[in-house]
Amino acid sequence: MALAVQLLWPDSGKHPPADKPYCAYALGICLVFFLLRPLIFLGRAETLARLREKDLFTAAAFLLLALLDIGTAKATVLPTLFFPTPDRVLSVLAEDFRYLIIDCLGSSAKLLLAGFFSGALAGLATGIFIGFSKNAAYWLNPLIKFLGPIPPTAWIPIVLVAFPTTWTGAVFLIALSVWFPTSVMTSSGILNVQNAYFEVSSTLGARRVYQVFMVGIPAAMPLIFTGLFSGACASFLTLMTAEMIGVKNGIGWYIHWQRQMLSYANVYAGLIVIAITFYSLITLFFRVRDRVLVWQKGMIKW
Amino acid sequence: MTQESQAPPEAGGPASPAAGPAAGGGAPPAGAGPPIPAAGAGAGSGAIEIRGASKSFPHPDGSEVPALSRVNLSVGAGEFITLIGPSGCGKSTLLRLIAGLERATSGSLFLDGRPIEGPGAERGLVFQNPYLFPWLNIHGNVAFGIKARRRWREEKGLVGQYLELVGLGRFGKVFPHHLSGGMAQRASLARALINRPLVLLLDEPLGALDAFTRMNMQDEILRIREEKRVTMIMVTHDVDEAIYLSDRIVVMTAGPGRVETVIPVPFARPRARNIPDFLRLRGKILEILNFAGRLEEPAYQI
Ligand SMILES: Nc1ncnc2c1ncn2[C@@H]1O[C@H](COP(=O)(O)OP(=O)(O)OP(=O)(O)O)[C@@H](O)[C@H]1O
Ligand SMILES: [Mg+2]
Repeated sequence: MALAVQLLWPDSGKHPPADKPYCAYALGICLVFFLLRPLIFLGRAETLARLREKDLFTAAAFLLLALLDIGTAKATVLPTLFFPTPDRVLSVLAEDFRYLIIDCLGSSAKLLLAGFFSGALAGLATGIFIGFSKNAAYWLNPLIKFLGPIPPTAWIPIVLVAFPTTWTGAVFLIALSVWFPTSVMTSSGILNVQNAYFEVSSTLGARRVYQVFMVGIPAAMPLIFTGLFSGACASFLTLMTAEMIGVKNGIGWYIHWQRQMLSYANVYAGLIVIAITFYSLITLFFRVRDRVLVWQKGMIKW
Repeated sequence: MTQESQAPPEAGGPASPAAGPAAGGGAPPAGAGPPIPAAGAGAGSGAIEIRGASKSFPHPDGSEVPALSRVNLSVGAGEFITLIGPSGCGKSTLLRLIAGLERATSGSLFLDGRPIEGPGAERGLVFQNPYLFPWLNIHGNVAFGIKARRRWREEKGLVGQYLELVGLGRFGKVFPHHLSGGMAQRASLARALINRPLVLLLDEPLGALDAFTRMNMQDEILRIREEKRVTMIMVTHDVDEAIYLSDRIVVMTAGPGRVETVIPVPFARPRARNIPDFLRLRGKILEILNFAGRLEEPAYQI
């Protein structure tokens, strides 16, 4: 942890300086946090213990940051254009915060959520239909097998002309990228449910519709979540591409735009925002899944 | 005996006399000690009539494999029947026919005079495997039948009662994969019982239990039968269990599965397991099974 302080010393001066030494601020806050940590978590021994376990990793991360700082600001061995100092990246994050988070991220989030949920719903619906109806399987399976593997971004030229606004087009693309894995996994999950479970439920007096919702879908949940997960990953990819090519708004577009302006500090800032956002979304996703699939605890390791 | 009045009128059709004692109205459990509960208590009473039922399964090479051949059997309301015979002689298949999970290739089955056309809650089936729904805890599993019949509001109080009945009162919140084999079988018994079926079909329900628990459960099953007036048809490999529990023992033989003979058990309940009559009957049954030549069990003679 003390390594962090060391960063504050020499500066080579080849980089345009940031307005304020944000890096020093951030490191200072971190240092204070780590120094005060035993006090902060005074009453919560196990939380502290959990944090302690990660100490080695944290130390390595700070070391890497220090190396980066040396490579850019201090010794300047890396090309200055593509490798801005951590100071400048942080200063973009701090100064452009409102714009980055509220405008860009907000617009991306709207697009992503609209696309993800419509795609997931459509995928669940087709998956359930295929899983339970021979007719639906007959008509929809070839369609899915044929259209599904096309990367959604390959549709961009068509979508751009076929949809009234680029925004709806982008929603469609994201939905498409979620729809394919979700429907495939849902239907295969349902088709792989042991028939015995349906038999048991029918001897207990369950009718067809009840079986669909109370046996087929719960039993298929693990695979449905696998499908939703691949869908989520695909949707991130599609979101970025759609923004860079069509939508002209959002965090992906921001990165694209700043790259063209050669302001790489902003590009890195954008990447950091994306990383944190997607990390949080995936974590949230796993939380939800663990909640739904409690019954698998101990049966399957994640 | 009451079952005759409940059985459908003899059609005289294809019912072959070949099955010997099993044919026709069936040998009444002559002199069976305890009174068999009067039929007609309530809407249905749970008499089963099987007439010339055959079942064959398609073989991968295109031919038909006979699993059951022309089975005739009538079971009186409230009667306790055990099916005993070598592995593969069609015991499970016969139960599945009665449960309505399979359709007979030829012949017909009746419940209280009405043809059996599909599964229904009035015929409960406890499978050879417990097949508890892994996504529901034990409470949810036992409650399944009530919910499936849309009687949750009226009958939810029963769940705790039936959990207690099978000795799982403290395990309601536990998920199935945490249960031992015997506990899972008891849970699946409770799940079938909670619908208070007219007929309870039991496919080796006590197979996974140790000798001591097994004897307890045998008494429990007898108690349930007395209390709920359920017709019970139970598959077992254990001759002692068959004699201890049943009014009549149906001995089946394989290749193709058919009823070899039906043996009444004329002892009063509660039965002692070691009286000479008991041992003599056991010897007789083992002799029949041995003569049929397919029982893997050591055929020790008395
Ligand atoms: N779904 C099926 N498809 C094909 N053949 C089947 C099917 N179910 C049962 N059989 C055949 O029918 C015969 C009887 O099977 P069944 O399961 O009824 O025997 P069982 O008497 O219950 O045996 P066990 O004591 O081992 O449980 C067997 O030869 C089996 O191979
Ligand atoms: Mg069997």
